This record gives sequence, structure tokens and C-alpha cells, in this order.
Amino acid sequence: MIVFDNVRLAYGDQLVLGGLSFEIKPHEILCLIGPSGCGKTTALRIAAGLVTPTSGEARFDGAAIKGPRRDVAVVFQDYAKALLPWRTAAGNVALALEAMGAPRAGRAAHISALLERVGLKGQETKYPSQMSGGMQQRLQIARCLAQEPAALMMDEPFGALDAMTRQSLQDEMLDIARLTGATILFVTHDLEEAIYLGDRVIGLAPHPGRIGIELPIDLPRPRDQVATRESPRFLALRRQLYDFIHGVESAAR
Amino acid sequence: MRGFVLPLLLIVFAEIGARLHGASDVLAPPSEVALAFVEALRDGSLALATRDTLIAAFGGLAAGAALGLALGVVLGVSRPLDRLLELPLEVLRPIPSVAVIPVALVALGFGYRLEIAIVSFACIWPMLILTRAAVAGVEPRLLEVARVLRLSPLATVVKIVAPAALPRIFVAFRLAAGVALIVAVTVEIAVNPQGLGAALMTAGQALRPDLTLAFLVWVGVVGFALNQLLLWTEARLFGKGAAR
Repeated sequence: MIVFDNVRLAYGDQLVLGGLSFEIKPHEILCLIGPSGCGKTTALRIAAGLVTPTSGEARFDGAAIKGPRRDVAVVFQDYAKALLPWRTAAGNVALALEAMGAPRAGRAAHISALLERVGLKGQETKYPSQMSGGMQQRLQIARCLAQEPAALMMDEPFGALDAMTRQSLQDEMLDIARLTGATILFVTHDLEEAIYLGDRVIGLAPHPGRIGIELPIDLPRPRDQVATRESPRFLALRRQLYDFIHGVESAAR
Repeated sequence: MRGFVLPLLLIVFAEIGARLHGASDVLAPPSEVALAFVEALRDGSLALATRDTLIAAFGGLAAGAALGLALGVVLGVSRPLDRLLELPLEVLRPIPSVAVIPVALVALGFGYRLEIAIVSFACIWPMLILTRAAVAGVEPRLLEVARVLRLSPLATVVKIVAPAALPRIFVAFRLAAGVALIVAVTVEIAVNPQGLGAALMTAGQALRPDLTLAFLVWVGVVGFALNQLLLWTEARLFGKGAAR
């Protein structure tokens, strides 16, 4: 569905991504991990059409990605900055519907259904400033779902949340992925999160960003916050990724 | 209430001081200023002068603020245009608005048009500069959200940039309103034979310190009332749920 074909990105003479090639298959959840500076967020921004590669090509369904598209939604890490503070929760979701040119009739019911799906039932009239971090990120996800995306680009979406909230959002995200069938590119620096969520994990090595490890995650679904994380297979995968990250970090020193 | 203590004391001292000093061409005791004020109120000269000044101030404010707002939004959104117009605007901006009077007088003659033109010239700048800063300072992430949603440039301005910048733009408008009153009265004092400025000059030249001071205090009251009105409007518009 999304293909990176020898994608290079340079800012001046600084090479950020050095020839990245991989594919995200339809309905797959692909997690990108790596130490800071490995270009994982940059790769996501290229897939979202926000950044154009210096050379090589990123393709969506066979066509070169020339810019953002409405069926590719982006969940930003800094939810507080990505929401319109002067609009209510319903108004923030409405922004996506307005952009899509969705008919005005039935919009309120549609918005309520979207908010309910992300666990914000009855929060229509709240302003983002009246919501907790977890609720704000749920709201941003609801706005993305309003785009009816074929693919979701998630840039460390739960990185700023506390552990309990993060775990419930992880499970909610897996439910949403299952229900909508959206293809997901998920960037995180949390190894366990990557394994828990992903069908596949790609680890990037830095300077310049390149693929260092690729692991298919053969853990059964549905996954469980306790049982999955305690399974020997999970721990073995975690060990493998940990050794990889540790290896590139000590090599960088 | 405590805010009134000092002014009241000063008025009492001024009254005593003026009485002890005797008649003067420069200063008048507050009681006589009050009498002159009532007189100007009765014969309608105060209302007429206030009306003339406010028409010119509001007319100039409307024109100048609209122009400054439009330019500020365009320059805040477009870096290339901002760079293109930076030099000409920075050359025009330091020109004192009263220095435009001779040119405007030849072109427009005495009257409202002269005053409105000069007031609008003065009002453009605070509006332009603060609007440009407000627009350029809109959270970049929100503009990225607009890109991801593929909002048109117009929709981006209407849905994202304008509401994000509006509270700061209103502050700019409040500053411009203050400038408008100052410049209107200044133009009236300098050349234009109408409004509160001209009334001040006439009273001064007629050696009526009581009437001069009455008009002077009145100008302050008008400016204060205008600012209070705008502050109240601002609180009503942006008090709750607003981006700061």
C-alpha cells in the first residue's frame, strides 16, 4: 500500500535518511522504532506527504506521494498544539468534516458517533483546555477518523501520556484498527509498545537513518496487556530489539 | 474608591492655590473649569466638537485599521511578500503622522477628509505590525493540520489563522483606537478648524483658561471611555475558551 523506494533525504549536506526501502501492506500495523535522530518521524512525514524526499520515491497505491491526501490521516504527538483551542470537541471533529465537504445534515450525529468510538461519549461541548491529555489525544484520533482514512500515520501519539492512559489507548487503537481496517504506520521510541501493537517492527539505525532490523511480530491477536507482555515470545522479541537499540547507541558513542 | 482619593485631593489643592494666586491667563480654579464645562455643555459647543472629533477619529480608525489588518494578514501569511514590502513600509512607518498634514492639506483641503486621511495613516501601523506578528505567530502545528486536511488557502485563513490571531488583533485595534483620538485632536490643533482640538485652541487664544482646561479634561474623559468600552468588548468576545 505504502512503498518506500530507496528514499533519501538531505538537509543541506546533512543526510537524514540514507536510502530507505520498505513496504507497508494493506491493513498492516507497522511500527518504526529507533534512537533519537534516526529519522523515524521524518520517514512518517514523508509517508504523510508533508516532506518530499531528496531522491528516491515514496508511493501510495502505486502513485508517487506528492503531498498530503485526505485518506491519509496524521496523529501528531503534541495533541495540545494540534487541536483548535477555540473550538469544542465537536467543533474540532467538525473541522475534518468541513475539509471533506461532508453534508451538513446528520453531521452532529456523525460527530457524536466518532467521539463515542474513541471513548469521549457526551464530551461534545468541552473545550480542549477542559480535557486531560489522554482525552485530548482521543479527540485528535476522532478528528483523524472523521477523514475515513485508508492509512493512519501516528507519530509517537502516546509518548506524552502516563502509563495507565497509554495502555488503554493502545488497546483502543487496536480495536479501531480492527474495526476500520486502516493501515497504520506507528512511530514510537517505546520497544514494548512497538511489539505489543505491531504486525511488524522496523528498527532504524541513525546517521544516516537506515533499516537496522526488521522483525515480524508473530504474537497472536487479540493481544492482552498482561498475558501478551508476559509471554516468552514477547520477551524474546523485546530482547532482540533491546540488543539492537543498545548496539546502535553504543556504536554512536 | 481608593483611586479617587488622590485626584480629589489634587483638585482641592488646585482650588486653594488658584484662589490664593488670583486671576491668571494660564490656569483657572477647578470650580471655574466646572462652570465653563457646564456652559459648553449648555450651548452645544461641547457636543458639536465631540461629534466632529469622533467622526474623524472613527472614520480614520475604520479605514486605517481595515487597511492595516488586510496588509498584516497578507504579510503574515506570505514570507516573499513580506520581504518585498519590508523596505518601503519601514521607510513610510517612521514618518510622523502630523508631517503628512501639508501634503494632505493641499490634496484634500480642510474638513473631515483631511483629518480622516491622516488618522488612517497613523492607525495603519499598530494594526499592520501587530497583525503581521499575530498571524506569523500562529502555532505551526495547526497550519500543518490544515495541510494534512488539505484546506484551501482561504479556508486556512478563515478557519485557522483568523481565529488563532483574533485576540491579539483586537489588542492591536485597541491601540489603534487610542492613536486615532490622539491624532484627530492633533490635526485639529495644528490646522483643521473643527472638533475638540480646534475648540481647545480657540479657548486658549481667547484667554479663557477655564474653558481650555474644561475641553482638555473632556478629551481625557472621552479617551478613557473609549478604552473602557473596547476593554469590555474584548472581555466579552475573548473571555472564555479563547486562545491566548
